Amino acid sequence: MKYLDEFSDPDLARSLLRQIHAATTRPWALMEVCGGQTHSIIRHGIDQLLPDGVEMIHGPGCPVCVTPLSVIDKALAIAARPGVIFCSFGDMLRVPGSGRDLFEVRSAGADVRVVYSPLDALGIARDNPDRQVVFFGIGFETTAPANALTVHQARRLGIRNFSLLVSHVLVPPAISAIMESPRCRVQGFLAAGHVCSVMGTSEYPSLSEKYGVPIVVTGFEPLDVLEGIRQAITQLEQGRHETRNAYPRAVPETGNPVARQMLADVFEVTDRAWRGIGTIPGSGWRLTDRYREFDAEHRFDVSGVRAAESALCRSGEVLQGLIKPHECAAFGRVCTPRQPLGATMVSSEGACAAYYAYRRVAG
Amino acid sequence: MIDFEGWTCPAPLRDTPHVVAGHGGGGAMSADLVRHLIVPGYGDAGGTAERDCAVVEAGGARLAFTTDAYVVQPMFFPGGSIGDLAVNGTVNDLAMAGATPLFLSAAFILEEGTPLADLGRITAAMGAAATAAGVRLVTGDTKVVGHGSGDGVYLTTSGVGVVADGVEIEPRRAAAGDAVLISGDLGRHGVAVLSRREGLEFATTVASDTAPLHGLVAAMLATGADLHVLRDPTRGGLAAALNEIAATARVGVELTERDLPVPDGVADACHLLGLDPLQVANEGRLVAFVRPDQADDVLAAMRAHPYGTGARRIGTCVAGHPGMVVARTALGGTRVISMPIGEQLPRIC
Repeated sequence: MKYLDEFSDPDLARSLLRQIHAATTRPWALMEVCGGQTHSIIRHGIDQLLPDGVEMIHGPGCPVCVTPLSVIDKALAIAARPGVIFCSFGDMLRVPGSGRDLFEVRSAGADVRVVYSPLDALGIARDNPDRQVVFFGIGFETTAPANALTVHQARRLGIRNFSLLVSHVLVPPAISAIMESPRCRVQGFLAAGHVCSVMGTSEYPSLSEKYGVPIVVTGFEPLDVLEGIRQAITQLEQGRHETRNAYPRAVPETGNPVARQMLADVFEVTDRAWRGIGTIPGSGWRLTDRYREFDAEHRFDVSGVRAAESALCRSGEVLQGLIKPHECAAFGRVCTPRQPLGATMVSSEGACAAYYAYRRVAG
Repeated sequence: MIDFEGWTCPAPLRDTPHVVAGHGGGGAMSADLVRHLIVPGYGDAGGTAERDCAVVEAGGARLAFTTDAYVVQPMFFPGGSIGDLAVNGTVNDLAMAGATPLFLSAAFILEEGTPLADLGRITAAMGAAATAAGVRLVTGDTKVVGHGSGDGVYLTTSGVGVVADGVEIEPRRAAAGDAVLISGDLGRHGVAVLSRREGLEFATTVASDTAPLHGLVAAMLATGADLHVLRDPTRGGLAAALNEIAATARVGVELTERDLPVPDGVADACHLLGLDPLQVANEGRLVAFVRPDQADDVLAAMRAHPYGTGARRIGTCVAGHPGMVVARTALGGTRVISMPIGEQLPRIC
């Protein structure tokens, strides 16, 4: 695909790898924030080609993985109600709630549909005025503008049978939470390029400064990831800790002003629980009062839903970069993509699933 | 060290007490349903489930026998219809045992309200496909279910063919050293169908690759080569086909990623939809395991056949990592090509 294939060129990748090897004089631990980057690293075997001692810690940037169990249980409860059409991105369907997943709710008769855009769900609502249509609005700053636009449209068009089950999360507060963890080993970040293409880069220099870490805004193709790693290691070797943009073809400094304006209209900052990590203050978005009638949690009373995580699952430690997926005793044994204990094993962007799918042959 | 050997589901079929969509995805869930519920239910009357076609002896002849159900949505898609699939798919299941397909049956499950014109288009497509494949549709059945109980037309076809003496093509014969060949590019059928699926329509020039492959197989056999394994990578794609062969024969498979032929239109659609082209269905391709010293002859014969012009070698069968398929990436790393589980789940972003 034009503008993508160019960023997978093996010769250029080898050249970048040579530069990384030449620049590296000691061990460094970098965290790629976004699950898409984790996927790319494992998919292309990039982690195997880095200098010994350069470790990639897989961050919490998989929206499916960090959506808390209580929200998933609420989704299951809403989806199971008569008259509801529950729409979701595909990879949320197999995320286990406390008891079952959306696939099972569907096999028991619920109307659960996979859509590629929340606007498709709004179209379904328009075409089914006697049904309640709910879209599962999860994700980072990346997926939020489309959800904001959809709610905005629903209000403008007067489509009252549409609502959004919101569990949006934000990257900068997560970086703070990781850096303030007493067990933190992260020395530099590859920030999530597509988050920054919406939000811009202005939130990050203060984090670089406060925590003394380089933050390199990074894309997702192999060359993008390698360039992000190269810049982060170069900074570390030179004792610098700055925010730099290694993905300028998609990330203007100011992000996308139109999207940000829409987000500011529809969403407000709230505390948010992250699956496996816990509640991070100011780390999420919820609908503002103006749009409260489109909040599925408000429309369907699901406040009584309580959830408990599997005691065996260590996805929280994986998401914080404290252990690698295969260091969890459940990995590949009682926890597989087939029977996931935690969400990191479900989404193809989840660190555990990426390890399971793409891990090189041991030895 | 990760124990890959131990990576099977410890509690097959306990994921859910009900049938879910993934049981029909052609991946691990489908395989477990057959292996742990359907075949055991048959008891002594059953066979093995190692491949899509049985080879049995009857009246002194070696017969290949297969059956296949078609529930594709939509029924018409670029490059074909459920009718083409129902004939070619069953012909191909016979061909993958090295059989010459002869006779087919067809059973229709029709939903009330389905336009007869649609049914007419489907039967005409079946007739044309059967004629092209040189097989005859000799028996069948028709049932009607209530409106809302089906998706228009479901089709089941069974097929019978004969296998020549000396032809022993089966998954367990895959051997270390074998060359792994593919007859053409990957993912066309799955992408063509997805492009017309309700709610997902997108513009693409990709058409289904649906085609009968027994002529291609005959050309490969005519080289005199000892073909070890043939498989059509349908549901679950190349990933499922190779994992099944690797598991059955207890061998490993090593692919070279840059040699995997994925057309631009398929790669683009998969990129946008978050799908792995190696897990996308094909309906006119075969993968072959062939002795290395015979691979060049077989490849030449394949390329000379209209359904094998894009044939190429994609990898090697190895003794290491039995049951596992591995690809060397363009950057020089490796990745495991795992067995798809159930339905492919589009990624969120």
